[in-house]
Amino acid sequence: MRPFTYERARTPAEAAAAAARNPGAKFIAGGTNLLDLMKLQIEVPSHLIDVNGLGLDRIEATPEGGLRIGALVRNTDLATDERVRRDYGVLSRALLAGATGQLRNKATTAGNLLQRTRCPYFYDTNMACNKRQPGSGCSAIGGITRHHAVIGASEACIATHPSDMAVAMRALDAVVETVRPDGTARQIPMAEFHRLPGETPHIETALERGEFIAAVTLPPPLGGQQFYRKVRDRASYAFALVSVAAVVQRDGTGRVALGGVAHKPWRVEAAEGELTRGAKPAMAAILGGARPTHENAFKLTLAERALASVLADAKG
Amino acid sequence: MKFDTPATNNPIDQLKVVGRPLDRIDGPLKTTGQAPYAYERHDAVRNQAYGFILGSAIAKGRIDAMDTAAARKAPGVLAIVTTLDMPRLEKGPMNTASLFGGPEIQHYHQAIAVVVAESFEQARDAAAAIRVEYVRQPGRFDLAAEAPKAKLVPGDSGEGSGAPPEERVGDFEGAFATAAVKLDATYTTPDESHAMMEPHATIAAWEGDKLTIWTSNQMIAWGKRDLAKTLGIPAENVRLDSPYVGGGFGGKLFLRADAVLAALGAKAARRPVKLTLTRPLVANNTTHRPATIQRIRLGAGRDGKLTAIAHESISGDLEGGQPETAVSQTKLLYAGANRLTSLRLAVLDLPEGNAMRAPGEAPGLMALEVAMDEMAESLGMDPVEFRILNDTQVDPEDSERRFSQRQLVECLRLGAERFGWSRRSATPGQRREGRWMVGMGVAAGFRNNLLMKSAARVRLDGQGVVTVETDMTDIGTGSYTIIAQTAAEMMGVELGQVRVRLGDSSFPASAGSGGQWGANNSTAGVYAACMTLREAVARKLGFNSAEAEFVDGQVRSGNRSVPLGEAAGADGMAAEDQIEYGDLAKRYQQSTFAGHFVEVGVDAATGETRVRRMLAVCAAGRILNPKSARSQVIGAMTMGVGAALMEELAVDKRHGFFVNHDLAGYEVPVHADIPHQEVIFLDEVDPISSPMKAKGVGELGLCGVGAAIANAAYNATGIRVRDYPITLDKMIARLPELA
Repeated sequence: MRPFTYERARTPAEAAAAAARNPGAKFIAGGTNLLDLMKLQIEVPSHLIDVNGLGLDRIEATPEGGLRIGALVRNTDLATDERVRRDYGVLSRALLAGATGQLRNKATTAGNLLQRTRCPYFYDTNMACNKRQPGSGCSAIGGITRHHAVIGASEACIATHPSDMAVAMRALDAVVETVRPDGTARQIPMAEFHRLPGETPHIETALERGEFIAAVTLPPPLGGQQFYRKVRDRASYAFALVSVAAVVQRDGTGRVALGGVAHKPWRVEAAEGELTRGAKPAMAAILGGARPTHENAFKLTLAERALASVLADAKG
Repeated sequence: MKFDTPATNNPIDQLKVVGRPLDRIDGPLKTTGQAPYAYERHDAVRNQAYGFILGSAIAKGRIDAMDTAAARKAPGVLAIVTTLDMPRLEKGPMNTASLFGGPEIQHYHQAIAVVVAESFEQARDAAAAIRVEYVRQPGRFDLAAEAPKAKLVPGDSGEGSGAPPEERVGDFEGAFATAAVKLDATYTTPDESHAMMEPHATIAAWEGDKLTIWTSNQMIAWGKRDLAKTLGIPAENVRLDSPYVGGGFGGKLFLRADAVLAALGAKAARRPVKLTLTRPLVANNTTHRPATIQRIRLGAGRDGKLTAIAHESISGDLEGGQPETAVSQTKLLYAGANRLTSLRLAVLDLPEGNAMRAPGEAPGLMALEVAMDEMAESLGMDPVEFRILNDTQVDPEDSERRFSQRQLVECLRLGAERFGWSRRSATPGQRREGRWMVGMGVAAGFRNNLLMKSAARVRLDGQGVVTVETDMTDIGTGSYTIIAQTAAEMMGVELGQVRVRLGDSSFPASAGSGGQWGANNSTAGVYAACMTLREAVARKLGFNSAEAEFVDGQVRSGNRSVPLGEAAGADGMAAEDQIEYGDLAKRYQQSTFAGHFVEVGVDAATGETRVRRMLAVCAAGRILNPKSARSQVIGAMTMGVGAALMEELAVDKRHGFFVNHDLAGYEVPVHADIPHQEVIFLDEVDPISSPMKAKGVGELGLCGVGAAIANAAYNATGIRVRDYPITLDKMIARLPELA
């Protein structure tokens, strides 16, 4: 961990302005990911802006009938909120499938979106990693890749995004509300929030420098049956090999987003028309063009079968 | 005290304290955070500085140069010692890789420098500023690729299981060729990490030539010997203190880099230094259980009797290392006239392979006991009955040599009854509960009982308080408690009257903790010391020592009764003795046995295998404390779930290191993976083993579990995976079509 300076921000605009003033600054809330990365010198912020005191810890109803989730709402509080449990089951289930009780008590909504990949080559600073050190190469390609991306990857990076919560939010068409350093606000749909790695895998989101996440807004409830099926080697406290967030309506139509397969929550809206025809055609469309490695090709079958079991459960 | 004839009646047989399921006497200290582990010995010595170990970034080659200029200027840095500052250090007889010194790199994360600073963060930060110029050499990192070049070698796990390079009895090839029913299958087990909760940690302090280290180590006397040898100082100048150990599993049997570099750092900084290994260094700097490739051939008649048994194992290690003795149990577990076992070792440039809980038997049974399941199916026999049919009461390689006790059949029969084995479908893939395909599996557990010299000192004070001192360790096993129980039983006092002090090399040398030998031997050493103390007390009182009774805090003989404290007098009394063994272990085969029964569910869609129920029935001599023994067995069963279903150090065959070197990447079971465990101990006493009539259980609980899980997964699905761990990717292509 490199020495750093520290301040507490009092308003979102102040936080964004402070970040703009300090090129090496990072926001810190729960710190469940950032502190680990700082200890390993994977993240080396020169300045930390503590945003825990901003009061963004409420979940409020929106005029449109949805929910506005403050950036600092803890994962536990979000998962157990009565409205979330009732109207956004996929989100509650995704949150509870992630990490552990202790981590969920600390981890925040915005921090969850911004958590970084768990690629082991990203974590080992002796290994080349374009995400950690742009231009150094990707050690994961040709290495141990069982957990890595099967679609949307590039020659520069095959990492996945580890979040469960973000997968559910993608299925729900959530919108990220931000404040920029100049004080202006903008809204970024989840579909556009996380980026594919391309040539610049170190740039992971659409956020500009200093841009601060104030909230995540959920549209009005979709109804239907909501599932989050997370497949992993052990029963808890493990990242997904594949996860399926699904909202299935009575008529068999619905939405599906996948975790564990790409650099971002993976959803192909155009493929969702296939859902009524079953998991096989739907997943073929969702994962069309996938380029798995020898070690992770099983994820294609796994995703299809996981979706099939979700659709079977939806039928009852 | 020499133990060379079977035990007769002795004070332990009263079983007033021994044999009872008593709470751990150190439990309150641990549950309230007051038992200080090595890194928390803040009060042990003043003015502690912090050390941080830098590990090599390459797996094979040498270091040309190290630039420490920036690191030395970093805030708070007190001293830096690099591997180029000294020639390669000596090493202990149990170590394969060098721990420090010289430019040569033998494996990834080999210690190449220690930075000492005022704070941990400063030391870590400065270590990252050291620039190293490496010269890489190609290494051998792929066991399968090197296997054809593996050479026959003898094996000794250092934990008692062993085998010659090749052992033949009868004519295996002839019998196998003509057997009516045959199996020829190859099984693989991966590299595994001990992944103990407490990483290796040491505080070192010099006082002139004398070195004290507060550390976390299973084998104090070995550690003292090897640290002295490594540093080139007399052993009498070294003291180790390790009263609490947060798990070891064999990873702390031997001296490791934490102790060596804390000592070197403390010397250079002229201050006490504390340091710990980071998680990545636990995986790549220390030892691990080596991967194996095991070929098993079984031949039997139509009657189900085995006529031919061959088990050949290949594993890898650094040059000069040891093979994983995966065939040792196959020499003893089943009858069969024609036998072949062999061990081959390939040279690999991965970190050092060495003992991990039940070395040899744990991976060996994961192969053999699946082969037995496959063979039973080929014979159309129930796998429990097939094992019972092939039981032996004598060493199959020497029919004159009997087992001291062997209740494998009883373990299997009782286990089958209690587990509801009769409800198992002989045809796999028949039972479905919702999304789960459900199956049951069985395996035999086998682990030898090892006899090791063990000494103790027992003090008695004027208040009748009994204090036991021995360098025995408690690595979470319950040593404190069973030693206290032994002393209480022997001296006729309440448990609360006994104090136990462990883990200090200034105490008499014990058997230490390893190879499941700790409980029986260390308590037998305490028994010996107590016998000597009883004689001294009787003598002092003018009692005939054979007639003196030690009961209720009193010494009684005839109509005289003297309180123990009064007998000891104001100055107290003390006695030291040790247990050592004659040739009973040669005359009898001493082993422990178990029947492991497991029910699993396999998700029909995804292939996720989840354990539903586990039962172990154990026959392991007298159980000194059923509560702590049960904890040992359920912990081992949990480790078996890890080995069967998830644990694998993933080898990057290009760079030569274990990639998943933290507890996020190296998955071990969590609570949600372990819904229900049951343990039954058969009523057994083994007078051949020691005056305690006890044997070990800590490793038995692991032996066979993995195979029982694998067999249950097969029974659930009809899919046989012979490549551990049994993860869903190895099943998914063969799962049934979904509707």
